[in-house]
Order: sequence, then structure tokens, then C-alpha cells
Amino acid sequence: MTSTPPVLEISGLNVNYGLGAKAVHAVRDINLTLHRGEVLGLAGESGSGKSTLAYAVTRLLSPPGVITGGEVTYHPREGASLDILDLEPEQLRAFRWSEISLVFQGAMNSLNPVHTVRSQLTDVLRAHRPDMTAAERQERAASLLSLVGISADRLGSYPHQLSGGMRQRVMIAMALALDPEIVILDEPTTALDVVMQRQILKQLTRLRNELDFSVVFITHDISLLIEFSDRIAIMYGGRIVEEAAAKEIYQAAHHPYSHGLLHSFPALHGPRRELTGIPGSPPDLTAMPPGCAFHPRCPKAFEPCDQRVPTLAPVPLDEGRTVACWLHADH
Amino acid sequence: MPKSPDPPSTTTGPPPDGEVVLEARAISKHFAVRRTLRNFADRNRPVVHAVDDVSLKLRRGSVTAVVGESGSGKSTIARLLAQLYPTTSGELLLHGKPTRVGQGRAFRAYCRQVQLIFQDPFGSLNPTHTVRYHLTRALRIHDRAGRTADDLEKALAALLERVHLTPPERYLDSFPHELSGGQRQRVAIARAMAADPAVLLADEPVSMLDVSIRLGILNLLRDLKERLDLAILYITHDIASARYFADETLVMYAGRMVEGGDSETVTQRPAHPYTQLLTSSAPDPDRIVADAKARAEAATDPAGGEVVVEEEESETAGEPPSLISPPSGCRFHPRCPKAMERCASEVPPRFDLADGQWAACWLYAEDAPKQAAPQEASA
Repeated sequence: MTSTPPVLEISGLNVNYGLGAKAVHAVRDINLTLHRGEVLGLAGESGSGKSTLAYAVTRLLSPPGVITGGEVTYHPREGASLDILDLEPEQLRAFRWSEISLVFQGAMNSLNPVHTVRSQLTDVLRAHRPDMTAAERQERAASLLSLVGISADRLGSYPHQLSGGMRQRVMIAMALALDPEIVILDEPTTALDVVMQRQILKQLTRLRNELDFSVVFITHDISLLIEFSDRIAIMYGGRIVEEAAAKEIYQAAHHPYSHGLLHSFPALHGPRRELTGIPGSPPDLTAMPPGCAFHPRCPKAFEPCDQRVPTLAPVPLDEGRTVACWLHADH
Repeated sequence: MPKSPDPPSTTTGPPPDGEVVLEARAISKHFAVRRTLRNFADRNRPVVHAVDDVSLKLRRGSVTAVVGESGSGKSTIARLLAQLYPTTSGELLLHGKPTRVGQGRAFRAYCRQVQLIFQDPFGSLNPTHTVRYHLTRALRIHDRAGRTADDLEKALAALLERVHLTPPERYLDSFPHELSGGQRQRVAIARAMAADPAVLLADEPVSMLDVSIRLGILNLLRDLKERLDLAILYITHDIASARYFADETLVMYAGRMVEGGDSETVTQRPAHPYTQLLTSSAPDPDRIVADAKARAEAATDPAGGEVVVEEEESETAGEPPSLISPPSGCRFHPRCPKAMERCASEVPPRFDLADGQWAACWLYAEDAPKQAAPQEASA
């Protein structure tokens, strides 16, 4: 997967909530690359900064969120690369959704309850493709719905007439309306049942193969990510602590937090193991512990952990993997 | 509505080692739908069949899980067992005696025995009061506060220690917003334990919590079960956690119990087609080993590759039915891959299988075609 060219490169991204001394550092020094056609999983608990990262990348962050530094470089198929953080509002409006689109967690809240699916789908097209005629828009909306497996006669329905799964599919259809290069899914199936979740994710995988876009898949459910993504980045306390191919992380997690997270999900098959989860609770972003944010909960913490912050570095002897942990640093 | 024959004899669970504390016999709950102009004149007001004909037994020192999708009626069961609202039909037996409490004294006496923990620890604690207030109130109501301030203080400390919030004085005077989700849920559990109940009804106790602390809460509940010999009802949508935590698992679909038995048996050899669908849909990292092989084959053979991805995608495959007019017969038959003629007309009773497992599915009737052995789930 790493052989394909990058489509999105995030480097040194920092996001704060609030200003001055009281600012909360929600995302710190993120370096992340999304390759063309890849599904990148972003896992972490609530408050780990994964959604903030998604909003920062699409510049949807609303105050008091501030991007305090870093670059987000987008590489289009043709033409020059551009830094999303430098775009003027006008350019940004044209760029967003046609290149990067988002699917939010609660489809119930993202669809307007007083408009039909038709008017919400055609609205996107009207804004971005002013040269399309009404009939063309209508046709495109119908084809988008059938793309996600909903019959076109549901165009006239209001959101409340659709089930939760169908609403989420409408959101996906809307995200695909302008053939974006990148689709960011922010907990797309958390509100759905497992049966529906699997159907939607299978459909997404199929659409990705057909339409060839890249996916950033944000969720707290790491067992889901292992099945559906190519690479996984695990976030804790606003930083990426480990990044590797999905299978490798499952087989041998290097960071103690990733290891703990993987052992927080009871398995459905295989031997019944005694599981402990991770002791303690996720860090308070307003009072982060010094050094590695995970050290108060870490079973393997030793002398440098509570003083110096480990940086995300390649794992010796293990190609393509990075981890931010003193256990794996050569010093 | 056809009833399963004689509920007491068919409620088979694990070997009946623990004494049955709370039992539900064929309970149903229907909620009236608001009258609209269209059905104003109808004689039969439409109702939502939230729970139909459910029987279960909660035993001392044992965890019973109820697994189902949202809308399957699993939370309604917890509220019915807590007697927060009356059953439409059927009866509840506490220690073998039928009980039906309304409000007031009888309800309070029932509460002392049966306590409920809610899903949302952010909503179930009053944000304007401290932990001390919440626990003191529960202790006072259930007459366990003792006579002196010293007794009360001891009781409070004991409660917090029981849920592993130590040292107690650090938590007693904090407000809910000062605690993390896991700590809040522990306070909610401590409050339930203040009544010294025999039964604990846990309605999705961990689904709102961060993944890394969920197991801590489940292990705490298990520890309480073992030390205090509690009967626990664990309501969840996550069948893997039911396997981990519960001794017995019951599976619900659209208001009815479809399968039950020992947790290990139900998750490893699901008998009902719905349980099979549920276990095959649950995320399972172990599957990627098999998947990776399939993908590697698909890569070498592009024609065959797409078939793997494009299996079942019929439009209604994932939709549970409307409970206002539920499907006739087995409620799963419109989605069931193995549906027979009979499934659409007759409600299947419970059929007993090996090892205390049972399934409400016509596949297991005496006269059914013999191909239907419980499926090995290792797909």
C-alpha cells in the first residue's frame, strides 16, 4: 500500500482550544501521510484528538479551536500540490467536498429534518456545479442513491422516514456526490447495529474499489479497524503513539497503549481469556502529565517516561512501522 | 397469540446451581401509539409490541446477558423487571412469590431487592450534588445509614471501597463533573449497592464509556457478583462482551427471545439464524487472517475478486421490522435465509437442544428437515 503516491500529507499539525496560557492542546505534532486508494484507520478514545484532527484537516474547526502550526499538503492527481491551511475562504469553499468530504457520526443530526433527501443531495450539486441543469442534478442524485443501495424512489423521503442505516447511507452518498479524492469518516457506524455496520462498511469497501478514493476512518473500535483498514494510527492524548499496517498492529502491538487497547475487546472466538482493560482513566487535556501522556497508566513505564516526551520514530528492525515509546527508542 | 408451552419447564439455562431470585414468566409489554386522525375511529388502538412473551430467570451468583439490536426491547425488559412500569401480561416472581408493585411502600421494598444501573453515568447522577449526597440519600432511603454520623461515614467508605474508588475521602466530596466516565459509573454502581440488593439490572452499563475502561467496570461487576452472590442481568448489544462476562446469554429479536443457553454455547454454536447473523457481523480481528488469504487470491484473479466483496446486499437485509405491525409467525422470517412456509404463519416455540441451549426456530422442530445442526461459528 505504501507504494502508491501520497494524496494527503500532514506535518507538524498542532491544534489548540482557546488562546494563551489556558489553551488546551488537543492535537500535538501530528505527522501523517495518506496514500492514494488507502484506508487509513485512526483509533483512539474520546478526547484523544482524533475528531479534532479531522476537523482541522478540513478546516471545519470552529472557535475556540485554533490551528497553531503545521502543514496539510494535498496532492491532486494533476497539477501542483497545495497547502490546505493556506487556502483563502473562496478557494476553500470550492475545495472542500469536491476534494475532501466528511461523513459525520450522527446521521440523524447531519441531515436537515425539514428537507427531502432530494433537495439535500441536489443542493450540494447546485453549489459546486452551477453549470448542471436541474434534470442533470436530479439524475445524479438518483444515481448516487442507487450507488449506496437505496432505490431512487426514496428521493422524495424526509430523513425521519428512513431508518438509521439508510440515513447513514444517504450521508455517504452525499459525501461521494462530487467524486472526492478523500473521504473522512468520523465514527460512521457507531450509532448503528452490528449487522447494519458490517453492511455499510462492506459497501464502502466496494465503492472505494470502484471509485478509487482514499479513506480516513476514525473510530474508537479498533477491532473494526483491523478488519476494514490498511493502515492504523493510534492516538492518545493528542499524539499519534503508533502507526503500522492493520495486521501487524494486531499481531504485535509495540506501544503499551495499543497493546492495552487491543486487549480491551473481548474476543468472540478463540479461547476465553481474562482481560483487564487499561487501569486508570484517559488523561485530562487541561492537565496533561509530563513526559509520555500514557506513563501514569503504563505497566511498563520506566525512568525516562515521566520526563521526556517520546517522539514517533521508526521501529528498529521493523520496516514501515513507527512508534512513540521509550521502550523502542535507541538511546 | 400462541404462547410457548408452559414457560417454567422450558426456561432451561445453565445447570440450576444458584437459587432463582427473580423470574419473569411470559411477560409482555405493549405501548399505546398516539391516536392520529387516521386511526382515531379504530376499535383496536395500535400498539408497539415492545416485548412479547419473554421468560427468564435470574439466579444468585450468576450473570444473565440479554443481547439484541437497538429497538429489540432489551431495555424494556430491564425496566419491566425493575417495575418502573407495569407489564401488559405475564407475571414477575421475586423469590418465587408473584409481585406486582405500583408506587409507594411496596415499590420501595421491591427496590431494596432489585436495583437498576443505567447506561449513561452522565445523566444518572445529579450534577448539582456531591458523591456523598447521592450515596447518603440511597443509604437513608434503604435504612442502611446507621444511627450515628460515624456509622454513616463508615457505610459510605465501605461502599466506595467496594467499587474500588479508593481512598474514599478523595471522592466523597467531589461533584460528578470532576469524575471521569468510569468513576461516575462506579458511583452509580455504589449507589445501587447501597440498597444491598439481591438483583442488579445493568442496562448497557459500559456502552457509554471509553473502551479502555469498559473491562474495568465489567470486572468490577463480576467481582461484586462473586463476593455478594448477586444475580445480575446484563443488557448489551455487544455479543462478544456477553460471552466474556455472562454465564447465560439470551438473544432477543424484535421483542421476542429467539435463543438462549450457556454463553459459550450460544456464541460458539449459534442455533438461531438471527444469532448466526449477529455473530458473523460482529467485528472480529481474527477474521482478517482468513480475509487476507481471500484478498491475496482475489489479487491474482481479478475476475473472482469482486464476488467476495459483493455478497449479500439486499436492501432490507439489515432492517429490523416495525413493532407496530410485526411480521406474522417468526418475526425474523422476512430476513431469514432459511425461512420456510411455516415460519410466516406460526410463532415457533422454544425447542430444546443439547447442553441446555434452546432456540425458537422451526428448523429445530421434530419434523423439520434434518440439515439444521447448530452452525460452527468459526467462519
